[in-house]
Amino acid sequence: MGRATRLPRHVTERFVTRGFVGRRGAPGSSESGTASRVPPGQYLTTDFPVLSAGPTPRTSLDTWSFTIDGLVREPVRWDWQQFLALPARDFVVDISCVTKWTKLDMRWRGVSVDTLLEGVELEPNAAFVIAWSDGGYTTNLPIADVLNGQAFVAYEYDGKPLTPEHGGPARLVVPGRYFWKSAKWVRGMRVTATDEPGFWESLGYHNRGDQWLEERYSGD
Amino acid sequence: MEETGEMREQADTMSVDDTVLDGNAVAGALAAAFGSDVTACPGRCAHCGTVSVVGELRAYLHSPGAVLRCPACAGVVLRVVETTEATYVDARGAAYLRFDRR
Amino acid sequence: MASPIAWQIATVSAIRDETASVRTFSLKVPAWRGHRAGQHVDLRLTAEDGYSVERSYSIASEPERTGAIDLTVERLPDGEASAFLHDVVVVGDRLEIRGPIGGYFVWDVSVGGPLLLVAGGSGVVPLMAMVRHRTRSGSTVLARLLLSSRHVEEIIYREELEGLAARADGLAVVHTLTRSQPAGWTGYTRRLDERMLAEVLEPIGIAARTFICGPTALVETAANGLVRLGLPADRIRTERFGPTGT
Repeated sequence: MGRATRLPRHVTERFVTRGFVGRRGAPGSSESGTASRVPPGQYLTTDFPVLSAGPTPRTSLDTWSFTIDGLVREPVRWDWQQFLALPARDFVVDISCVTKWTKLDMRWRGVSVDTLLEGVELEPNAAFVIAWSDGGYTTNLPIADVLNGQAFVAYEYDGKPLTPEHGGPARLVVPGRYFWKSAKWVRGMRVTATDEPGFWESLGYHNRGDQWLEERYSGD
Repeated sequence: MEETGEMREQADTMSVDDTVLDGNAVAGALAAAFGSDVTACPGRCAHCGTVSVVGELRAYLHSPGAVLRCPACAGVVLRVVETTEATYVDARGAAYLRFDRR
Repeated sequence: MASPIAWQIATVSAIRDETASVRTFSLKVPAWRGHRAGQHVDLRLTAEDGYSVERSYSIASEPERTGAIDLTVERLPDGEASAFLHDVVVVGDRLEIRGPIGGYFVWDVSVGGPLLLVAGGSGVVPLMAMVRHRTRSGSTVLARLLLSSRHVEEIIYREELEGLAARADGLAVVHTLTRSQPAGWTGYTRRLDERMLAEVLEPIGIAARTFICGPTALVETAANGLVRLGLPADRIRTERFGPTGT
């Protein structure tokens, strides 16, 4: 399995390969002012790698919908046209993947999760959202982590409709968390009282995934 | 007249995803976890019942880990994550894995 | 004795260029327990700050060859590991490997034939281990290798394959060049398809044990085509590589 990893600071017993540096961007330079924008252990990239846990879903816009249900007074559902009619805005954010790459100033357009949650009334014991996608992927977040501009559902990237390979028609984007929390092909959020570790959170990855605290693996 | 290489190339790249590999691509991680080779093990898909050897499962090397899917129904059969400390294997998608005793 | 599952340090004992972008690295591995044709090793490259990458490379050498194993590596334009191997590694360097790995995509003469080997680009590497093993063991099992490459100068092991086919011991090698062909070329001139497979298969028949290795698109085309030609699916084994020149 080809992948890039970095040892935690306390683990140093590893054979070092003479002359190997790897093809990575700088950790960020103080001249360009980017160093402070690159989380610990990350490297800058200008690519936008496409990696996936399964075949690319091809949901037609005629059948697409976004649903919020679970611990809400009344579930809400938007079809594609209704979703596009919601107040939308441009987001320019930095993204970090747990495999080390960080991409600065990614331009998205979509609907803030705040706007989506305005459409529902949360039950008193609502505490978490489980975002779910076509193809079966899930990821979990505390409600507090998706409010106040911290998360949005994007349908455009770089001025163009989001391609299926990058998660289109729409994907969740949570810039403050490693990119596995930004669920591609998102179709809804289920509100719960208890946390439910999602696809990768249940298999060794950190439940919260804050890249500034380097929360990569469970136990970090 | 033969089709040009370019014409066929476009058709091929649009129909099949070259980034999808197979269980052989995860063989080392699985061998380290199980203690012996797993690619020759037949496994029964818990979703559709199809039996495939692990080497034939379709491998999606998603950044956080590897997802091995049934070639018949695309259901998840195995998931593998290698962290710095451990290897995690989720085999719930396999009704069984068969290790033949030679 | 080192376990095949544990990482161990191998030493590069020789480097040989196969084509302009393909190079073979001979590795001496302490306490190497032998391998089967078709198996691979995992290679791990680690920088001083702990950053590491892992890749799998098929073993090109036959099990009969003791003393060192050969890894034939194509330098990919965006390849982090392959670029390092080609551009930096010299004889005497030490590399961390794990293996041999694999129990499915393997062949020994004891399994028998006839043998149909289908490869695209660097997918030929594990099949070459099978071909070399067949020769070294003196087997005359009927075998055909169909190898897809883009240009004649990119054909890996071309001279060696010519020599092995010239022994007329039951092995035939058939090439297809998909992008350009030299003057006087008598091989195929298009991407692999069912008609080509049928022609290559004809002398060996549908009892063939088949191994297909290369980019996913080629592997799927070949496997599906062979099944349609009547080969039982359970006698076809496949190994999908990442991008390589076909």
